[in-house]
Amino acid sequence: MPIIAASQAKEEYDVAIVGSGAGGGQMAYTLTLAGLKCVMLEAGRAYDPATQTAMFHRPDQTPLLNTPTPDKQMGFTDATVDGGWEIPDEPYTQASDKPEEQFHWWRPRMLGGRTNHWGRMSLRNGPYDFKPRRRDGLGFDWPIGYDDVEPYYTKVEMLVGVFGTNEGLENTPNSPEGVLLPAPKARASELYLQKSVKPLGIPVISIHRAVLTRPLDADTIPAKLHPGNTWAQKIVADSMRARGACFWATDCHRGCSLRANYQSTTVHLPPALATGNLDIIPNAHTREVTLGKDGKATGVLYIDKTTGKEERVKAKAVVLAASSGETVRILLNSKSATFPQGIGNTNGLVGKYIMDSVGGSVGGQIPALENLPPYNEDGAGGPHMYIPWYHYKDQAAGKMNFSRGYHVEFNGTRAMPGGRNPLPDDLARGAYGTKFKEEARRYYGSFVGYTVRGEMIAKEHSFTEIDPQVKDKWGIPVLRWHWRWSDQEINMVEHGIRTFSAMIEAMGGKVRMRKGATAKSVIDAGGKVIHEVGGALMGDDPKKSVCNGWNQVWDVKNLFLCDGSPFPSNADKNPTLTIMALAWRAGDHIVDQAKKGNL
Amino acid sequence: MSHDKTPSSPRLPRRTVLKWFAAVAAATQLPDLGSTVEAAAAAPSAKGYGMDPDLSKFYQPGDFWPLTLTPAQRETVTTLADLILPADHLGPAASAVHVPEFIDEWVSAPYPTQQKDRDTLLPGLQWLEEEAQKRFSKKLSALSEQEKSAIADDICWPADARPEFKKAAAFFQKFRSLAASAYYGTEAGWKAIGYIGNVPLVKFDGPPPEVLEKLGIEQTVK
Repeated sequence: MPIIAASQAKEEYDVAIVGSGAGGGQMAYTLTLAGLKCVMLEAGRAYDPATQTAMFHRPDQTPLLNTPTPDKQMGFTDATVDGGWEIPDEPYTQASDKPEEQFHWWRPRMLGGRTNHWGRMSLRNGPYDFKPRRRDGLGFDWPIGYDDVEPYYTKVEMLVGVFGTNEGLENTPNSPEGVLLPAPKARASELYLQKSVKPLGIPVISIHRAVLTRPLDADTIPAKLHPGNTWAQKIVADSMRARGACFWATDCHRGCSLRANYQSTTVHLPPALATGNLDIIPNAHTREVTLGKDGKATGVLYIDKTTGKEERVKAKAVVLAASSGETVRILLNSKSATFPQGIGNTNGLVGKYIMDSVGGSVGGQIPALENLPPYNEDGAGGPHMYIPWYHYKDQAAGKMNFSRGYHVEFNGTRAMPGGRNPLPDDLARGAYGTKFKEEARRYYGSFVGYTVRGEMIAKEHSFTEIDPQVKDKWGIPVLRWHWRWSDQEINMVEHGIRTFSAMIEAMGGKVRMRKGATAKSVIDAGGKVIHEVGGALMGDDPKKSVCNGWNQVWDVKNLFLCDGSPFPSNADKNPTLTIMALAWRAGDHIVDQAKKGNL
Repeated sequence: MSHDKTPSSPRLPRRTVLKWFAAVAAATQLPDLGSTVEAAAAAPSAKGYGMDPDLSKFYQPGDFWPLTLTPAQRETVTTLADLILPADHLGPAASAVHVPEFIDEWVSAPYPTQQKDRDTLLPGLQWLEEEAQKRFSKKLSALSEQEKSAIADDICWPADARPEFKKAAAFFQKFRSLAASAYYGTEAGWKAIGYIGNVPLVKFDGPPPEVLEKLGIEQTVK
């Protein structure tokens, strides 16, 4: 990849993009294929999944059997390098000492950001998800609706490749005919669950994930994505042809050297770089957006981590796509006479309303799944099925004690063993010798796990701000987090525990939970699902929001926020697909403004 | 990789195989997968592998930090690991797939979790040898299977262990868990437990008919 050093940057660019993940990657793709000259600043190092992915490592071929360590916090083979919850040179602080009031902030410091490591769940927000307040009076509505975003969901799905089925369920949108790739066959535990919970009225359907179950149609898709732009079509077609289809092995969290799943580094950045319109500066830790006398952004001030020196790039427009937390931090640290509280923050709303997804898991053991004839169920490196939220009518009728939905994700049963004891102590009891090995084989594949992925409602008490004292290694003030789940989320997890227990029992299994576990002890700590959104909400009133429906900061017309930070709500649908769709949409808007000479 | 005899792996078109091979070779540099020898010279520091290790390489115990068990401790580990995971109809013994080396790597690692485990495991090993001397006046590895079991039976399940064996039972549980974590992370361990995978396939067929039949289910994704 043509990556440049700070000293090689051009005098001025059309657009400076901070961040190289889903939002930054999509923005670079959209802008460069439209002919705009862009520079991308990435706080971490360059990264090439083709040569740096631990594809086939067995646990015994990795240090400490691939278990998590402070150096590799999701295990050795996880794609993330130089990142995690804690990064030695880049602290953040908590306003409270209480664990339940703390936010855990995952930061990858590498090209492609979080897209190198993720579950590839690619669910569209439904119509309700853009207007939640209209339904239940809580949180905020988006200034845009499903119809505004739908064309971009379709484009993103065609570009990155998403498998799944159209089921026509409430608030669980279909994609247009022919857009989704074929869903993979279901695994035994998924089918057994599907059959067992049907009498309970629980739908188990194919999930949507950004994994190529067959090669993308490079002959027809590029023309649909870039009508009238044959130059762009050729570049995109070449990139699509270079991607392999899934070979039904290895966990997607490792990344994919075949480019069979979506990573910014395998899908967005190669065609963007092929345009010749993109320079990427890695190890560029952005501190501020710089402001001109006319009140417009003039570029970005960053620290070159390789030299420790302050550097600047100039651009006609700036896109922040650095993750909600980092984007908020940059905005708040961009102080000037015009914006003493930070750029774009005249109403004091930058940093407010941070949300994560609600998480919480219940495990079970299913005797029917014991001693199954061994078969290969690696599949598409993650779940094939899921349970979408299905209680919309009950909630509308006021029958539930929480107002928003959750979907259910499943853990693999016959997943790659090793690195942890496959036979829990309470089942092994005193077994050793051949007896232990027989019991391990008997139980292998019989453990299931079900996880809440739910919507948290934006609240005043969950926000982030600049810590007045603490700075990172480069002298940049750090974030201080304020966090609390509300009864809404606790009640949701309680419902999850009850429902999952009923599901496990319907399969004839036993629930495996710690004695005395409650929703409060089961719910994941803030940030642990790594779906942080909010902090710079979009809205239709400049007094009550930070940016408009084009991700454009009200106070600074040439500054756009294209990660999760503008999300006014955090639907149970994982945020990545929506981040990409909104970035593409905002990118089209930027191109349009550039053509009109408005940048 | 020696997965070509996997029953569920269909014959792949040559072109596909070559394409995959190139991708895999690029990603992994294909080292000699078969050998896991003790590497004394390769240990650069006791600092951990850092946040940006080379993910394209395959590793073995000793690559990142020195192994620290004494030959005597290693012998105790080997004897106990093979008692828990012996050679039998399901596969080789723990020591044949380098489980003792992994336990050595674990207790020698510079991270907090492993250092805490070291404080349980090393005294446990010492207790075992003392107990072997006390009961049979021999070192653990010299005991008959029956004699080894006599000790193991007293410590194999904490809930049933007599008060004087509680601490040793906690050690046994930790050791068994660690040995199993290592054993089932090897190719032989995968065979022993019934895992088939980590091998490229042309297509994914889902569960085979005998699995569907046993569970009374049908494939619903067409």
